[in-house]
Amino acid sequence: MINNNPALKRAKTLEYVFKVILGLAGVFIGLILPLTILIVLYKEASLAIEHFGVINFLTSTDWDPVREKFGGLVPLVGTLISTFLATLIAAPISMGIAIFLVELSPNKLKPIFSTAIELLAAIPSIIYGMWGLFVVAPLFGEKVEPWLQKNLGGVPIIGKLFEGSPTGVDVLTTSLVLSIMIIPFMSSVVKDAFNMVPPIMKESAYALGATKWEVIKQVMIPLTASGIAGGLILSVGRALGETMAVTFLAGNVNQIPHSLLDPFTTITVTLANQFTEADTAVYLSSLYYLALILFFMSFIILYLSKVMLLRIEKKWKV
Amino acid sequence: MDKNKLKRKIESYVFLTLSFLSAGFGLFFLFWILGDLLINGFKYINKDLFIHDPVPPGMEGGGLKHAFIGHIIITAIGTAIGTPIGILAGIYFAEYGRNSKFANFLRNIVDIMVSNPSIVIGAVVYAILVKPVGHFMGFAGGVALALLMIPVIVITTDEMMKLVPKETREAAYALGAQPWQVSFQVVLRAAKVGVLTGVILGVARISGETAPLLFTAFNNSFTTFDPTNPMASLTVTVFQYAMGPYDEWHKQAWAASFILTFAVLIASLTARYVIQRKKY
Amino acid sequence: MAENLKMEVKNLNFYYAGNKLALKNINLPIYEKKITALIGPSGCGKTTLLRCFNRMHDLYPGNRYEGEILLDGKNILGKDIDLMELRTRVGMVFQKPTPFPMSIFDNIAYGLKLLGIKNKSELQDRVEQALKEAALWEEVKDRLNVSAFSLSGGQQQRLCIARTIAVRPEVILFDEPTSALDPISTAKIEELIVELKKNHTIIIVTHNMQQAARVSDYTAFMYLGELIEFDSTDIIFTKPNKKLTEDYISGRFG
Repeated sequence: MINNNPALKRAKTLEYVFKVILGLAGVFIGLILPLTILIVLYKEASLAIEHFGVINFLTSTDWDPVREKFGGLVPLVGTLISTFLATLIAAPISMGIAIFLVELSPNKLKPIFSTAIELLAAIPSIIYGMWGLFVVAPLFGEKVEPWLQKNLGGVPIIGKLFEGSPTGVDVLTTSLVLSIMIIPFMSSVVKDAFNMVPPIMKESAYALGATKWEVIKQVMIPLTASGIAGGLILSVGRALGETMAVTFLAGNVNQIPHSLLDPFTTITVTLANQFTEADTAVYLSSLYYLALILFFMSFIILYLSKVMLLRIEKKWKV
Repeated sequence: MDKNKLKRKIESYVFLTLSFLSAGFGLFFLFWILGDLLINGFKYINKDLFIHDPVPPGMEGGGLKHAFIGHIIITAIGTAIGTPIGILAGIYFAEYGRNSKFANFLRNIVDIMVSNPSIVIGAVVYAILVKPVGHFMGFAGGVALALLMIPVIVITTDEMMKLVPKETREAAYALGAQPWQVSFQVVLRAAKVGVLTGVILGVARISGETAPLLFTAFNNSFTTFDPTNPMASLTVTVFQYAMGPYDEWHKQAWAASFILTFAVLIASLTARYVIQRKKY
Repeated sequence: MAENLKMEVKNLNFYYAGNKLALKNINLPIYEKKITALIGPSGCGKTTLLRCFNRMHDLYPGNRYEGEILLDGKNILGKDIDLMELRTRVGMVFQKPTPFPMSIFDNIAYGLKLLGIKNKSELQDRVEQALKEAALWEEVKDRLNVSAFSLSGGQQQRLCIARTIAVRPEVILFDEPTSALDPISTAKIEELIVELKKNHTIIIVTHNMQQAARVSDYTAFMYLGELIEFDSTDIIFTKPNKKLTEDYISGRFG
């Protein structure tokens, strides 16, 4: 067939142009951007990597701008501890919220409750920081922590977690506020996973006389395990990168905390507070080294989360 | 009722009560935060806040005009850069890359990037833009925000366009349209409300960011309209004022926090409401 | 019969992605300016066959044709065929009304603009003509600028028909065009299709046998991906040759 309509011909040529532009946009964002971030971080960190190596940096607690000796262990541990504790608190609560939204809340109120929880995610992190600093920290420092110290300080093993002076600016407060910030992410993912379970699976369990909790525990949770894992890992990924709230509440002290009431620091806090103060090349490079480590951790964790979530999508798409 | 049945019933009741309490936990904190913002922030709002630049630290009075204007400018730059690229990539994934393994892989990467630590982005933009130029720039802040916004817009554009039924596309193809014509003239048009709300969600999200601005736009005590200067923003200013020792600063931080939060929440709520309606 | 052969299907096999054979060795004549109906029980392949005529299957990767479909003697399944141009000669109306998110006028004008017609008065004339041919003009002439979604289901389907005929295709494919409509709209559209026969060759898929009997000149009965019988509609519905055809017509299955 001879194509002799000029408008059709023009449209065909334009198709090549658009195909290229759109493809470039996709490749730019999906490939070039993350690679650029990685390369830039690596390049900036390379001086510190040269100086301190890998194992040495990861295991050293040095942080001496004057003598230019830096090590990443302290902020790394801080990041891991606060993330772990925040997730520990957030996980069961997120599950509870998801169960509530899917099974307990009356249908008419579902969107309202759902939205309310999502609002927690929309609040800017600096607001959490400010509120945490002015409202939660004093409350914890003056009331909650002394109470905990008094009543649990004597208990063997657990008591050790409550040593130190209760200022409210410490691991406990930070982890609590951080957990509130990540709850909406996990509960939203778990809720979506729960909603994918076909009603007949639940109905057949009820028909056998199961209680509501048994249906949840024995049918829904096992069927959505990948989704729950994915949501959990997603929250970890977000907690890792959280900066402003943690900066306000951690105390910014370069030490590995030994108790919940100790101030500490994380990678993000170190970056936020010291980036503009770094006056030597090695100093700045060490900060980029920390950023590189954070980027790696976060990317891998988020990738894992995506794998889990894709698995559950595939399960229900057959 | 035998003992086993009773035990199971109690167990169910206990766990479901715990779930109910969890929801309460979440809502409790939500209302606590919003309540505190309302109580502490609302009373410090006055017109001075918007009309005046800050006065020297420690003194009473002054305002946050520099931060409001700076924030709007930086956010506008970020939106202007991020939106077109984000939408174009979104169209690629929705219309052109649907069946390509490579495109799906890329899309998954973009989904991961939605949750990138924002401070890392700030550090990268510092290395690329600020260091070579030699000083902080509002523009660099805009770029950092754009990089954070793009993945969000890509994903929402992709999802909204995928909601358009395949028959609509087929009807356009059946008239002899090329893929680009179908994508832009028919599908994007059908999805335009959803795509736009995705943009609003993106804007709401970057409006609340602080970390990426810390070493790109940095801060400024004066109002400036020039993006090649360091620029103040509401978020960084709240950071500066809240951490500072002055009572006056704290009051202004609360007021700014109140305004910022409620603006972001209203935008997010509206966007989410519209998207929910489109999905059903 | 001294009818002109507009299209001809020759030894057509069609495979869905994954090598799933859906059409087996179809041989079928389509006569010019006549209405040919494709009937058969669900899953018999009638819609699959219809979508071969304008190569809709090409939109989805993995589909494969074997054999030929001739349009005015030239094989449209060849590699050198420009699909977009094919589709301006072979138009399609779908099962569900598919108005574009635009005004009524813009909907009809869309295909015309694709062809490069930009002149305002020419567009207006062609849009008016198409709407008249689709028996919709009187109902919408005063509100051409409102959204197409404001029309009722039956009107939207006539809009889609108007949109398709505006580009003056030689062949129009109808995929169960009235299955989503009420009886009155159905009757109107059947009337319209018979009118359109004057200037277009029509192929219609329908699961409604009465509709096929009312409207078509020729009927092809399909079953499990094969063409069982093809003949003039009168014969198919009164004295079919194959028992399978007779069973279907008399409602013994399907």
